[in-house]
Amino acid sequence: MAKMKDGCVKPAGGPIIPAAEAQAPTGSVQKEVAPMLAKVGKEAIDFEATAYVEGKGFVPVKLSDHKGRWIVLCFYPGDFTFV
Amino acid sequence: MNKEFKKLGVIVLSMSTDSRFVHKIWQEEELSKMVEGGVPFPMLSDAGGKIGSIYGVYDEAAGVDIRGRFIIDPDFVIRAMEVLTPEVGRNPHELVRQIKAFQHVVATGEVTPSGWEPGGVTLNPGPDLVGKVWEVWKP
Repeated sequence: MAKMKDGCVKPAGGPIIPAAEAQAPTGSVQKEVAPMLAKVGKEAIDFEATAYVEGKGFVPVKLSDHKGRWIVLCFYPGDFTFV
Repeated sequence: MNKEFKKLGVIVLSMSTDSRFVHKIWQEEELSKMVEGGVPFPMLSDAGGKIGSIYGVYDEAAGVDIRGRFIIDPDFVIRAMEVLTPEVGRNPHELVRQIKAFQHVVATGEVTPSGWEPGGVTLNPGPDLVGKVWEVWKP
């Protein structure tokens, strides 16, 4: 495996929301919390995140890189926890 | 289980609010001792919970993404979601069952009744089936 190089801080990437949607008027108060957008039967919301991949090291992963395949996306509360 | 996912052509992505560095050490120090070769799928970092927020799984009080699982089809449509509070782990067998059912549905246009397992009775919705489901399927 090539030696991994990585800085300490990297932007996390995050959701990739189409500009039109992201700039939708939210009234006079800017909402702090992103609304939940994921719904069954609707298109998945794309995002980019840094990942650790066994054998490859640290790589950016975009959800839409896997478009055309069946994807299972699993969130979990934390590394080194119990369940 | 990973063999099963491979057979079904499924890519698994896991995500928590931990950094990619913590993922690496968790893999090396613990997971690789639980599972031979460690976890074979990409471990993504959702630092700040921005992605978890839009997927409805970010717990702001705790600052973590709770246990949420999404099945996304090749057209990039979310087919299923399951969200649990952290105390209860998932059932991978049910995940595999759902993937098989969705793949069957996409391939055939049939629908799968409650508790369907591969090889079980499927239904072809249409005017002729109305009121007649009992003839072809019983729970």
